[in-house]
Amino acid sequence: MNTVENFEIYAPKLIEKREFFSPGHRACQGCGEVLALRLLLKALGEDTVVSNATGCMEIISSAYPHTAWNLPYIHVAFENAAAVASGVEAGLKALRRKGKIADRYVKSVAIAGDGGTVDIGLQALSGAMERGHDMIFFCLDNEAYMNTGIQRSSATPFMAATTTSPAGKAIKGQRTGKKNVPEIMVAHNIPYVATACPSYPLDLMNKVEKARKTIGPSYIHIFSVCPTGWRAASNETVKLGRMAVETGFFPLYEVENGKYRLTIDYPEKRRPMADYLRLQGRFRHLDPADIAKVQELVDKEFRKLMHKVKTSVPWS
Amino acid sequence: MKQKKWPEAWHEVTPGCIVFEPGNASTYKTGSWRAQRPIWDNKKCIKCGICYVFCPEACISETAEGFFAADLDYCKGCGICAHECWPQAIVMVEEEV
Repeated sequence: MNTVENFEIYAPKLIEKREFFSPGHRACQGCGEVLALRLLLKALGEDTVVSNATGCMEIISSAYPHTAWNLPYIHVAFENAAAVASGVEAGLKALRRKGKIADRYVKSVAIAGDGGTVDIGLQALSGAMERGHDMIFFCLDNEAYMNTGIQRSSATPFMAATTTSPAGKAIKGQRTGKKNVPEIMVAHNIPYVATACPSYPLDLMNKVEKARKTIGPSYIHIFSVCPTGWRAASNETVKLGRMAVETGFFPLYEVENGKYRLTIDYPEKRRPMADYLRLQGRFRHLDPADIAKVQELVDKEFRKLMHKVKTSVPWS
Repeated sequence: MKQKKWPEAWHEVTPGCIVFEPGNASTYKTGSWRAQRPIWDNKKCIKCGICYVFCPEACISETAEGFFAADLDYCKGCGICAHECWPQAIVMVEEEV
């Protein structure tokens, strides 16, 4: 029997009823990224302008002459979602000052996939965060370039097979680990950084609401399961996300003014990585020795994080 | 005159490919992608709404009695609702041709 942890019964009845991402979009069956997008838009509300980098979410939502967005939306090139969102923020400020738009708070939001964040869009993102624009950047991380056919990105985890890092005799999938972008964002000294996963919807929505209330740049890294690219069953999307969190592969935490805080409780002994890896076709070439290697890497990262949770202090 | 589904000539394309009608992707029905359909057993349903939260299509909505139902025009049959339903009130059944 499936039990849903960390979830208050009947809380779903209290969340925003309006949909800002309409049905009829062309996402694959069981897409975790669309689920994340739908929940985060519900938390953001209507006073939002979205700048979206190229990626799955653009391809599936805005096939001309259709659009799935019920919010002001601009599609931009792969590398400059953060730059455009900061321009939108500055533009709104100017228009408000001149009295051309109603005087109310509108949040500028950039949404990009993992390619548009960790590889191609990193310098624009770094620039926008450094300039301190009042915006939120969301990275919807599905761990490869899924919309062009599962090419590896630097967010692809260790030993995952993709079409450009195939598993075979010479190499066993991706040879490097996942780039830790939330950490890079913390190094920019921005007020709010968080990681979230749509398998924990209330946690995700609380974090988005907190980011919306934050004045200044904030960054949220959202782990979104891709059943197509990960070679997993479409009905196990939410389960996979939950397992990634429970194993400590993708721990949920937030960093407010430099102070780390875990947002879910971990037991002394976490769920083993083998449970998570065995559900996915991209890891099916792993033998027990490889799984031990992956486990070791995850443990190392988790220890690093726990150290920060224990020792960090707010810098303001 | 019947409204056109999409521009039929180059001069009908809007500058910058701007779409003026928000959320008009709903005119495109994705229900035909489905291989399995979710069936709710309202005797087991506890009205928690977990299926509503976890539906990536946003096609599940609350009915007047507080139970939930999917809009089969859009449901792609991913099976997340049936997998996540903890009282197991949802089962997926094969679509008949």
